[in-house]
Amino acid sequence: MTWRDAALPAGVFAALALAPFLGFGQSHSLTLLARAMIFAMAAISLMLLVGGAGLVSLGHAAMMGVGAYAVVVLDHARITEAWAVLPAGVGATALFALATGAIAIRTSGVHFIMITLAFGQMAFFTASSLALFGGDDGYTLYGRTEIFGARLLEDRLAFHFACLFCLVAAWALVRALLASRFGRVLRAARENETRVRALGLEPYPYRLAAYVIAGAIGGLAGVLLANATEFVAPAYLAWQRSGDLLFMVILGGLAGPHGALLGALAFVLVEEWLATLTEHWRLIFGPLLILCVLFLRGGIAGLLGRG
Amino acid sequence: MAEPLLELRGLNKSFGGLRVTENVSLTLEAGEIHALIGPNGAGKTTLIQQISGALAPDSGEIRFLGEDVTRLSMARRARRGLARSFQITSVIPSFSALENAALAVQARSGSSFRFFRPAAREAALNEAAMAALEEVGLAPRAHLPAAALSHGERRQLELAIALAMRPRALLLDEPLAGTGPEEAERLIRILRGLGARYGILLVEHDMRAVFALAQRVSVLAQGRVIATGSPAGIRADPVVRAAYLGEEEGEG
Ligand SMILES: Nc1ncnc2c1ncn2[C@@H]1O[C@H](COP(=O)(O)OP(=O)(O)OP(=O)(O)O)[C@@H](O)[C@H]1O
Ligand SMILES: [Mg+2]
Repeated sequence: MTWRDAALPAGVFAALALAPFLGFGQSHSLTLLARAMIFAMAAISLMLLVGGAGLVSLGHAAMMGVGAYAVVVLDHARITEAWAVLPAGVGATALFALATGAIAIRTSGVHFIMITLAFGQMAFFTASSLALFGGDDGYTLYGRTEIFGARLLEDRLAFHFACLFCLVAAWALVRALLASRFGRVLRAARENETRVRALGLEPYPYRLAAYVIAGAIGGLAGVLLANATEFVAPAYLAWQRSGDLLFMVILGGLAGPHGALLGALAFVLVEEWLATLTEHWRLIFGPLLILCVLFLRGGIAGLLGRG
Repeated sequence: MAEPLLELRGLNKSFGGLRVTENVSLTLEAGEIHALIGPNGAGKTTLIQQISGALAPDSGEIRFLGEDVTRLSMARRARRGLARSFQITSVIPSFSALENAALAVQARSGSSFRFFRPAAREAALNEAAMAALEEVGLAPRAHLPAAALSHGERRQLELAIALAMRPRALLLDEPLAGTGPEEAERLIRILRGLGARYGILLVEHDMRAVFALAQRVSVLAQGRVIATGSPAGIRADPVVRAAYLGEEEGEG
């Protein structure tokens, strides 16, 4: 354990906690920060798979999507109470992850990438065909999730801290998982599967459990995302979004969940910043990402750790 | 006497048209070092793989602790006490030597579905792992990543991992491969110490080690066991000399 594993994220969390009081309190800034935190959560959960278990999933956006659509389904039935919405969103995603993971994890390498992509696309087309929930056009929520009937999350500041709380929890959870016996088996099997089998441990159930946990955290991020935008569309499940998440993880570095945290924040904020500079921002963003992959071997986390 | 620790009955295995295991039957008793020798390509590693469960034999039976394990997975056999070292070192490169051994301890003690407690701080795992490293003389290097160890040290680690599993039988595939004379000397000493406690099936090209360690020797040539006996008997066997030892001694 090095200092940056804990100190770096602690600094980032402190900055996020103080940001609303240091000139980032307007609604536009808070919206952006909420988005960044939500994606950071999803990226951290994906990091458990990619960096921990060596499972490179190109379907992680589907996890966020299932969580977001759980909010939609309940919203349609006028159920907005958090104590119903959260378990439903997280539970539905965990089930989805269990069903798809049970099949996907039997494969490895490129096949795993392809099969997670295929499941993601399946979820995407399912969402597009849900006419009741707006199909391709998406669905606008009647209102944000309530806590004990109180519309707490309507308050942007309250929502900011709700997102921050979930983000810190996700980071702490993934960090603890990776250091536990469970995480040790995952990490070992990523490096040398045969050795792990020869020790008497079958990697499959550990990987599946990781897939379900990562899915559940991704689902929670999806619930928050639906609340942040008060709108859900199939684009949330698009494979490009899965690619973005994967990118955030690799950009940040695979040494620990703090990498994914930094990668996601940098990705969302730089993307936003470039978009304010020019409408051709994608022409800059793409090559920038390529340069990062080429020259930042340990990711952003590795860069900061060296300094 | 009861059933042997490990027993192979009429194993057969072909790769396409190539018969690499042909009607192999042999036994390993508890507390015995049984050496398996034979020229390159004789099928020694393939046989170890079938015993450990990495490969399935085409026919025949593998019995371990009195039970048929022929159809059990590698992980299941390992949990029953069948440990294996690899001819080509197979460790977790980024893990420290200690963590490599601790993983082996973890695999046999309690569930690995434990999610919150940091494994690196479990004293019981670390102590047993350290004991295994001490046994092979690797304790001073415990905190180095496996990737940073010398070749010989990684062979020692390979052995420590097997010991940390607290196995009943050890399948060692050329534990001395690629080690220098001093390291080989030390490993031979370690193996001699282990012999009384486990059954060891030892595949080895180093004849000095084989004759220094084994109580019994079996000779494999082109997939078949052509002789089994005491080291002295094997050394004198004309069939063996023709098939194998003759060449070796000619070289030496
Ligand atoms: N997966 C495989 N497919 C096809 N042939 C194989 C395979 N594995 C091994 N062989 C062949 O089977 C024969 C036995 O190989 P094996 O590795 O068991 O020999 P060995 O006795 O361990 O040799 P060495 O002393 O060189 O380690 C060799 O001819 C080898 O080329
Ligand atoms: Mg071999």
